[in-house]
Amino acid sequence: MELDAIQQQLLEAVAGLHKIPTGAYNIRANGMTAGRQSTEHIEIVPKDDGSGIDIIIKPGTKNESVHMPVVLSQSGLSEVVYNDFHIGDDCDVTIIAGCGIHNGGDESSRHDGIHRFFIGKNAKIKYVEKHYGSGDGKGTRIMNPQTIVHMEEGSYMEMDTVQIKGVDSTERLTEADLKDGAKLVVMERLMTHGTQSAVSEFRVDLNGVDSGANIVSRSVARDDSSQVFISKINGNNKCNGHSECDAIIMDNAKISAVPEITANNPDSALIHEAAIGKIAGDQIIKLMTLGLTEAEAEEQIVNGFLK
Amino acid sequence: MLELKNISFGVSDESAQKEILKDISLVIEDNQFIVVTGPNGGGKSTLARVIAGIEKPTSGRIILDGQDITEMNVTERAKAGISFAFQQPVRFKGVTVLDLIRLAVGEKISVSGACEYLSEVGLCARDYINREVNASLSGGELKRIEIATVLARSTKVSVFDEPEAGIDLWSFNNLIRVFEKMHDSIRGSIMIISHQERILNIADKIVVIADGQISAEGRREDILPELLNNTEAGDCKFYQKEC
Repeated sequence: MELDAIQQQLLEAVAGLHKIPTGAYNIRANGMTAGRQSTEHIEIVPKDDGSGIDIIIKPGTKNESVHMPVVLSQSGLSEVVYNDFHIGDDCDVTIIAGCGIHNGGDESSRHDGIHRFFIGKNAKIKYVEKHYGSGDGKGTRIMNPQTIVHMEEGSYMEMDTVQIKGVDSTERLTEADLKDGAKLVVMERLMTHGTQSAVSEFRVDLNGVDSGANIVSRSVARDDSSQVFISKINGNNKCNGHSECDAIIMDNAKISAVPEITANNPDSALIHEAAIGKIAGDQIIKLMTLGLTEAEAEEQIVNGFLK
Repeated sequence: MLELKNISFGVSDESAQKEILKDISLVIEDNQFIVVTGPNGGGKSTLARVIAGIEKPTSGRIILDGQDITEMNVTERAKAGISFAFQQPVRFKGVTVLDLIRLAVGEKISVSGACEYLSEVGLCARDYINREVNASLSGGELKRIEIATVLARSTKVSVFDEPEAGIDLWSFNNLIRVFEKMHDSIRGSIMIISHQERILNIADKIVVIADGQISAEGRREDILPELLNNTEAGDCKFYQKEC
């Protein structure tokens, strides 16, 4: 299936792809498979019931990548997709997913992607996810991603999610359970504007000895948008957990940060930090003394914050 | 040349009007290195902020090379050729030292170009260029980066508000060398607010501000001995050798 110009643009925005990627990939466009490639070590197979795909990465696979972009350019399309990643022991791989919606019509377009990760012992993965919306139709662009992560002993996952532009409504849920020595690092960057709303919830169970999680969210809410950040970390063993929500609020926006840490074991070390505030006046003045206008200064501060 | 003509600045709260600067007139010549000193609370920092455009004077005019800049905002003054180093440098999450220097220069200069400014302030550029200008930097490091942003702009007028404040002995000695070098290769006018004898020692001109007014002004040779004598008499305590 050939991608049209809008779809190609979305593909570039969410996956940085100008052309078909090297390595394993699965490109989904308007609810259909637009391209798929397995490699020697990474097998991508559709689920029997057609609800999604399984990505099977053989144990010991190193320095390989999987691209999993989804693009929607047909107004009114609504879909739920289940993708399961089975990552073998001792792997070291990068997974680049993302969803771009262009809605030029008046009906809502919606993509709910449910990604489950089964990460083998001592495997290391980097998961990058970008969300992007465009189009000037009245129809809303909705994305409700769920990421469910099961981590075996000694595994490591770095999750990097970005949603900067154009998604009208999002409800994001990330759940993880970690066994002995497993580590989860999350960096979430989010910007909302107009009347957009975003909810991002994390639920992490630190079950194993010396398991650890570090969840960092940086967000900017402008105009009349609203955001809710929820992070729940349960320390069920000797473990380390840290969550940090740092938000810049502008205009008439609303932000809630609801951090929750629960220690069910005396050797759990858990910290949460949450801060919401306007851009400091001094920051703007400093950049103005360098010759930037107030608006340029604001833009630089926001860009840096979300970088 | 920067001219301050009859500058006054006042603030009012519910009960009273407080005059912080009272009719200050001052000329800073091209290529002149002047140090403004005086007791805390005397109005020095306010004067610097008035020059940078952060505060608007209640009355008086500010003239830069014959152009009246009194009504210009901070951005316009920066573009007209005024730089200002904050007493307490501002921190930015996510903005790197390189970003800040590039913004100061006004173009995307090369990494090695940016590093030169850091080297000038005694920072090993390689260690700093990609660091964020955030709380992970010490006060002395931030201070020197702040000065580097002013050097990078190389404007007609540079104003430094207490560059020595809040930095350790080691950083201070480096800092003095930076200003000594600046004095030797001066291009433009430099105004430093300082309490430090070693900085006063390299001034062409010293201005003493107390209680919102200029209480003394003149060549270093004439003003400094008098100030040091006063210190011995216990009148003021801003020349004690802290470092």
